[in-house]
Amino acid sequence: MAKILDMPKLSPTMEEGQISAWHKKVGDSVGVDDLLAEVETDKATMEFRSFDKGTLLAILVPDGSVVKLGQPVAIVGAAGEDVSALVAQAGAASAKPAEAAPAPAATTSSAAHVATAAPAPAPSPAASTSDSGRPKASPYVRKLARERGLALGGVEGSGPGGRIVARDLDSLGASSPAHAAPRGSVPRDPAHGDRSTESRPLSMMRKTIARRLTESKQTVPHFYLTIDIDGDPLHELRQKLLEDLGASLGEGAPKLSFNDLLLKAVAIALVRVPSCNASFSADALLFHRRVDLSVAVAVEDGLVTPVVRDADHKSVLEIAREVRDLAKRARDKKLRPEEMAGGTFSVSNLGMFGIDEFSAVINPPEGAILAVGQMRREPVVRGEAIVPGRRMAMTLSCDHRVIDGAVGAAFLAELRKLLEHPSQILLY
Amino acid sequence: MSDTSNRELGSYDGPVREVRFREALRMGMAEEMDRDEKVFILGEEVGHYQGAYKVTEGLLERFGEKRVIDTPITESGFSGIAIGAAMVGLRPIVEYMTWNFSAVAFDQILNNAAKMRQMSGGQLHVPVVFRAPNGSAKQVGSQHSHAMEHFYAHVPGLKVVAPATCADAKGMLKTAIRDDDPVLFMESETLYNLKGLCPEDTDFTVPFGKARIAREGSDATIISWSRIVHVALEAAEELSKQGLEVQVIDLRSLRPLDEEALVASVAKTHRAVVAYEGWPYGGVGAEVVDRIQRLAFDELDAPIERVTTLDVPMPYNAKLEQLVIPQASRIVEAVKRVAYRG
Amino acid sequence: MSQSQTSHQIRTATPKPDEQLELQLGRYRAMQLIRRFEEEAARAYAQGKIGGFLHLYIGQEAIAVGTVEALRSDDYVLTTYRDHGLALARGMSARSAMAELYGKATGCSRGLGGSMHFFDVEHHMLGGYGIIGGHLPIAAGTAFASKYRGEDRVTVVFFGDGAASIGDCHEAMALAALWKLPVVFVCENNEYSMGTPLSRTLAVEDVTARAPGYGMPSDRFRVESVAQVVERISVAIERARRGEGPSLLEMRTYRFRGHSMSDPGKYRTAEEVEERKRQDPLLRLRDELASRGQTSALEGVDQSVEDEVQDALRFADESPEPDASILEATTYKGEFAR
Repeated sequence: MAKILDMPKLSPTMEEGQISAWHKKVGDSVGVDDLLAEVETDKATMEFRSFDKGTLLAILVPDGSVVKLGQPVAIVGAAGEDVSALVAQAGAASAKPAEAAPAPAATTSSAAHVATAAPAPAPSPAASTSDSGRPKASPYVRKLARERGLALGGVEGSGPGGRIVARDLDSLGASSPAHAAPRGSVPRDPAHGDRSTESRPLSMMRKTIARRLTESKQTVPHFYLTIDIDGDPLHELRQKLLEDLGASLGEGAPKLSFNDLLLKAVAIALVRVPSCNASFSADALLFHRRVDLSVAVAVEDGLVTPVVRDADHKSVLEIAREVRDLAKRARDKKLRPEEMAGGTFSVSNLGMFGIDEFSAVINPPEGAILAVGQMRREPVVRGEAIVPGRRMAMTLSCDHRVIDGAVGAAFLAELRKLLEHPSQILLY
Repeated sequence: MSDTSNRELGSYDGPVREVRFREALRMGMAEEMDRDEKVFILGEEVGHYQGAYKVTEGLLERFGEKRVIDTPITESGFSGIAIGAAMVGLRPIVEYMTWNFSAVAFDQILNNAAKMRQMSGGQLHVPVVFRAPNGSAKQVGSQHSHAMEHFYAHVPGLKVVAPATCADAKGMLKTAIRDDDPVLFMESETLYNLKGLCPEDTDFTVPFGKARIAREGSDATIISWSRIVHVALEAAEELSKQGLEVQVIDLRSLRPLDEEALVASVAKTHRAVVAYEGWPYGGVGAEVVDRIQRLAFDELDAPIERVTTLDVPMPYNAKLEQLVIPQASRIVEAVKRVAYRG
Repeated sequence: MSQSQTSHQIRTATPKPDEQLELQLGRYRAMQLIRRFEEEAARAYAQGKIGGFLHLYIGQEAIAVGTVEALRSDDYVLTTYRDHGLALARGMSARSAMAELYGKATGCSRGLGGSMHFFDVEHHMLGGYGIIGGHLPIAAGTAFASKYRGEDRVTVVFFGDGAASIGDCHEAMALAALWKLPVVFVCENNEYSMGTPLSRTLAVEDVTARAPGYGMPSDRFRVESVAQVVERISVAIERARRGEGPSLLEMRTYRFRGHSMSDPGKYRTAEEVEERKRQDPLLRLRDELASRGQTSALEGVDQSVEDEVQDALRFADESPEPDASILEATTYKGEFAR
């Protein structure tokens, strides 16, 4: 008995998913727990595995389709079974690309026996702008565009009078049609090739980043505290550790970055200044007894923040290993949603990109994020002499609703003591 | 079909009986008359004639002349009597032969029933039910084909309901009789013979202000009430063949109006058609459109359409009458327009 | 109404001389309270303290006072928009009445009804109504309820000569007569339907000429005194109380003021109004009591009425306006049906 498979819920907050790739073709046999497709959710690319045994009889939505939770995506049953009825049943409820492909031109209205005025026949879809130059779009489309961060200028509308309607965005998401040049633009010399703006559909991750960071900047009152520490002791400690590890383990010695030492120092500082390890909620301030550090990792089309749990109880080497594993899986989009949730404090390090210092956007509901710059070589004053030395700047962004200036400052003072006298980091 | 009849009973799971719409109304009245000595019915031909449309058949024998009262043709007079009796504690049910004739009692309903609570500063109230068939019948001409809910739903102080199913006919009439404010109960001559399952439980009531989902679907919403709900379901079947699954909302209560149901449905389908009897200028349909555009503006992917009685007095000629009354074919076309399906 | 003289004889035959004086002084007080209340209402209207319509009862007081005296306290009364007199006669406090005119929360209808809509359920005063004739079926309805419940309560309903031609007047009487409802229809004929004299509104000036058509007894007289009203209306009231059905009375009277405050009364001559004022039942009762040596008692009554009216004015002035929260709560019970 053939059955329809619906888009499953693959993350706690998932409302829709994009089929990144089908791993089975129509006609393939399917076993329980076989990988059917990869689905990009708001958090990560997830595996969509089969709960059924049989043959994949129909794929209802092609690669790249965005499908709402619970909407039909495929049919599984016995080989050779007639699924036309099921296909029809799934029909209108399935994702739209197929039906949206050839945009119907005008509605032919037989208005003679309709009381209310029927819409005037639409001109062929072209410039979807009103006389004022404002894109002509349905209210629902405007809402979707806001949510997805899309600009409607240049989108061709298939509705009456060229109105941009919901299905036009669906086809945009699936096939990114070439866009008309903006109104009033100057014709360009074709010798320069295609100079038009390229529009890329928003990935699920990009939507999530846009939504969460906008929300953070709009609702969380940020303030910023910066320190600039003496980097020489940390540099010397790292050199010594690398030498010693190499001496005993040779080629197989684990790698150790400034960031690994820094993460451990942050964890210790949070234990010492627990009021900085806190979150604001609507009716209470939450002070966390666990130290779970979110570590920002750049990936191909965005960034993710996997969490190093209980960092205060892990050794520097354990932290180093874990961060490398998390970062690799993040770049491969193999992180599980729960590995990116529940941090209490974030660290973002752009030192490897040559950034001296910067300030970061808080990752709600966490109360603070530490933005770390590169180890700079520069002249420093030692005693009465100017000598070559190392400095490192870091900026703490705090949610003022839960962390006040003095608390942030106390945390940074503790962190400075740890980093300028770093051998103690190894004791915890 | 079994799907739609299941939807008619809501969450009720007690004993049911298949009845006609008129019997469901009669059950509702008889049960309430058994329950409350203060309930009585008056109107033209309700007693010895057994009801112009046989809704009150048998009630005279059962409850006697004291409680089933034939009136002369004096709509204003007996409406006023019912209002006066309700003011001092009785719970009358007024049957008009049709809602058209309530026009001569309009002053009583507008100026006395709807205003009593307010102009007495809350000292008095009027627990009265006015009920009658409403809307078009078959070729009864312009004076006998009015959809009167539009006139009355405009008036604060009144409640207006218009059920489409046998279960609602009984459950909502009982709610109306128990209500402490005036309730205008809209029936339909062409629904009286409709068969449907009706709860036998004498405690079964249907609250006002809660719409019923008569059919599930996600491509568009058809909002309707009373007889046209059945026309809308017919249109939905046809649309389904054409690949569009529409949700049909049976409003059943026009004032109060279930805004939440409207918003929830449009949030799901992003398109709406309101189909009903009544002229296009103003009225309940226009009110429904206003609520949707105001409360669910961002959800709309198309302008809301209305399928109404054409803007002319009802003609007698059978073909012209069918042209003027909302038909499934017109609903189908309207849904396709809002779904941008040429 | 020759068929039933017994009941009112029981009522009017017994008072001893002292009791008779007390009764007459009481009637004088009731009329004087209405008169002074209305005069002060007119002044407050001129001062802008009262808005909308204001229809005064000056000149017609004996009808309300006499009718109430003939009724039991649990009987129902309903009247037109010219309703202050009946409400005060029925026992509504001058405070509650004046505060209603001022649109205050302490008014009988909490400031929502105004001059035309005095309601006092405690005293079974079931309203003043603003649509001519529309309240006559309502009165038949309250009478219907009495009969339905097997009570012997009576409803008395007043209407003006101007309402005699409207449809509801006919329907109410037709149904009340058909079902033998315990209601007394009283036409207060003040000779003018707003500005139009009877001769131009009624082909047959005698409103009671219709009564035989409904199969109702009737009575018709020019109002001279409270005692006369009590005597004549008691016949109809007791008939209704015995379950013998409705009656139609026409009481000829005269309003000394215009139809409402916006009516200069140009359709009547000054001589006509002066002539009628000499027949004012209130003045005549005052003269009669004075001639019986009651001057100081009258002065005492006048003073107490004056105090009561002044107190009502002060009370109305000082009372709070109704809060907006009252609006929805007096439109529906419970959740607002929107």
